[in-house]
Amino acid sequence: MVASLDRTIATPSFTRRMADRGVIGVLAILVAGLAGYLLMPNNLALLTQMIAVAMLVLSIDLVTGYCGVATLGHAALFGAGAYGAGIAAVHFGITDPVAMTAVGLLAGAAAGLVSGFVILRAHGLAQLVLSIAVIHLFHEAANKASGWTGGSDGLSAITPDAFFGAFEFDLWGVTAYAYGVILLAVVFLALQILVRSPFGMLARGVRQDQIRIAAMGASSHSVLLRMYVISGAVAGVGGALSAISTQVVGLDSLSFTLSAEALVMLVLGGTGSLYGAMIGTVVFMLFEDTLSAANPFHWLTIVGALLIAVVLFAPKGLYGSAAAFAGRVRRRPA
Amino acid sequence: MQTVLSIGVDALAYGMALFVISIGLSVTMGLMRVVNLAHGAFAMIGGYFASYAVRDLGLGYAAGILVAVVGTVVIAIPIERLLYRRIYGAPQLTQVLMTIGITFCVIGITNFAFGPTLKTVPLPPLLQGSVDLGFRSIAAHRIFVIICGFTVAAGLWFLVERTNFGVKVRATVDNAAMTAALGVRTEVVYAVSFAVAIALAAFGGVIGAELLPLEPYYALRYMVTFLVVVSVGGAGSIPGALIACLLLGTIDTTGRYLAPEYGEFFFYLAVILIVTLFPRGLAGRMK
Amino acid sequence: MKSLFEVRNLNKKFGGLVVTNDVSISMAPGDRLALIGPNGAGKTTFINLVTGNLQPDSGDVTLGGENVTRLGPASRVHRGLVRSFQVTRLFQDMTPEEHVALAVLQREGHSGRMFGHYSGRAEVMDEVSAILDRLGLFDLRHLKVREIAYGQQRLLEIAMAMALKPRVLLLDEPAAGVPQSETARIEAALASLPADLAILMIDHDMDLVFRFAKRVVVLAAGTVIFDGLPKDVTQNARVREAYLGSYADAGSAA
Repeated sequence: MVASLDRTIATPSFTRRMADRGVIGVLAILVAGLAGYLLMPNNLALLTQMIAVAMLVLSIDLVTGYCGVATLGHAALFGAGAYGAGIAAVHFGITDPVAMTAVGLLAGAAAGLVSGFVILRAHGLAQLVLSIAVIHLFHEAANKASGWTGGSDGLSAITPDAFFGAFEFDLWGVTAYAYGVILLAVVFLALQILVRSPFGMLARGVRQDQIRIAAMGASSHSVLLRMYVISGAVAGVGGALSAISTQVVGLDSLSFTLSAEALVMLVLGGTGSLYGAMIGTVVFMLFEDTLSAANPFHWLTIVGALLIAVVLFAPKGLYGSAAAFAGRVRRRPA
Repeated sequence: MQTVLSIGVDALAYGMALFVISIGLSVTMGLMRVVNLAHGAFAMIGGYFASYAVRDLGLGYAAGILVAVVGTVVIAIPIERLLYRRIYGAPQLTQVLMTIGITFCVIGITNFAFGPTLKTVPLPPLLQGSVDLGFRSIAAHRIFVIICGFTVAAGLWFLVERTNFGVKVRATVDNAAMTAALGVRTEVVYAVSFAVAIALAAFGGVIGAELLPLEPYYALRYMVTFLVVVSVGGAGSIPGALIACLLLGTIDTTGRYLAPEYGEFFFYLAVILIVTLFPRGLAGRMK
Repeated sequence: MKSLFEVRNLNKKFGGLVVTNDVSISMAPGDRLALIGPNGAGKTTFINLVTGNLQPDSGDVTLGGENVTRLGPASRVHRGLVRSFQVTRLFQDMTPEEHVALAVLQREGHSGRMFGHYSGRAEVMDEVSAILDRLGLFDLRHLKVREIAYGQQRLLEIAMAMALKPRVLLLDEPAAGVPQSETARIEAALASLPADLAILMIDHDMDLVFRFAKRVVVLAAGTVIFDGLPKDVTQNARVREAYLGSYADAGSAA
């Protein structure tokens, strides 16, 4: 009796807490977006690119952090979104930015379905090899189909329309940046709902024990494939944002290096947390902007060293380590 | 007919270079169960050592190979002690991250020290010419690589199947804990195998420099190729690796002869098909 | 009574080793069957064959008249064939409440929903709480699994099986590794399972087997050597030989 009384009190507050957390995240994104605008007004292009890549990192988090699939080919999904939006604009005259984003989303989801279908057939080393082969295959295909993609010159002359006919994409990138911040907030909220839904819980189960998942009557493969498609949609939106803001799509958006770097950002921030993914992206790209401007040769060495350091000293990433530390501090007085 | 023969010789040479480089990776992955993405970086270091010794210091080709092998092993030992030891038995993602980190560092440092341009290892006069087979002549260097490949395969086979050390290696691959309990010092087995693997990688990097050109991004460009050898051939299997290398050599060379405008498209497509068809490797060994 | 679950002439070899040799077992609703046998008799292999984690070389498994031999583990669960694991397989980062909720949602076909938290669904929460309460896990419902005792993890295994509302339940050593003081709790949990559920239990604890089972099947070297009432099992010559070998005449079994 006492127990069931306790339950009726505990449940709504728990729901409320979770909802609050999503709202707080959205508020944090909007505040950080405003702060970025005020602090780095001359660097909005970088900030917009950061948001685009953050969506790629979030999408890797869905399959790697939540489902436990190690992939080195996730830029294929991002690049598909970028080329999808770019090709829609250049070859089909779809220049409305929201429509371009939608095309990017669909292209990313389709690429997610294809690469998920290929990668999820194997496990362990074979799976890793497939993920690397997939990104190379996408890269080679885009290079070859230069009539559509511009090949190694990149796809240029992407000219998105003004937003609702009112907000032009200006030289300083204010419109693109504002659009990016709003997109990220929407994506974040959607993912926050996703990861705490029954499906999100099932995905975490898949990461921990696939045999137990089967013994419950669920199919790990189906969960993983669905997650890959969702992940592709998120990465695709990021790619589309990149195409809209930079007005050009290059082969580097389909590169192994981007896949690996995005994975580094995720691990730096902390896997299995949406906040970790975003924090990792911001820290990494600010770092990159400062250091690679000085010397691009040293940059790769620094990324490598950073990666080794994270593995050795902070395997939970920045957010994960901070959260663990906070948890320990909070528990101590009790 | 001429084309078929040219493809055949080039494929065999390419496959053998691939074999010499990646067999060490296969053996260490079978032994230590570490997904090592940095193996190609060691082959590249070997190649750069030889290039520097032969081209800049004017040493002979054989001396260059020796410098490359010794130099690379000397560099690899502290890396193994400090970094690899920390990830034995760790989750796959951790191993991937660590070894990619090592690869990035090697690429960055190489790029800084030697610049982004292609490096060559000048061949001695003996290997520069071509050998006349009567109906056709073949580049001597290709023959040299093919002979090296078969020699390495035979030598390794002898080492693993016919020596006392080989027994310990095979036992450790099968069941490391049990082997250690029987009094075999498995850490010595690991260390020696790792050194041999690195030495072979460096050797392969040098003799294969004509087929797998040396430049800083070498370690990334061929990463998937080396991994496919292990994945398809089966970790720790010498015949498996040999077959996988010849298969990949044939696919890659044929693609470059017949459809050069497609770049590596067909190569990666073939990789995906092969790995999908043989998710447990050609040997099909159950884990 | 018509049989609900039937295994016919099941065979499995690993290399040259016969681990399951022409095993046939039939169960009716409400059966309480204990499958016992010396170590290495092939009990866990039998469970894996029946649940679809392994494919038999020959033989059939039928459930409610339907042949399920070629179906995967998940499809068999959908048809009401549920198992627990000898070594606890739980999600270390999740709470007992989440485990049971996931099982309930899965059974109802809602585990793929991408909106809303399960705690917002009153009918799910009521069922989850009832199951946790029945197994004495309610107060632990918000702790992570790795923070609760092993005996409680074993109870959670049973809770998850119950949440799937099986027709046939296979329990692989439900009390393995649990301290003597806590087996009573598990026994009580087993006793509270629905009366029409067919249960096959593997265990080494003979006291538990004799209190629980209405029928005993003994497996030795992959072969069924006894299928009958518990009271007859210790007197059976073949059983005595299987357990005691040449010492069979020296003393009494169990």
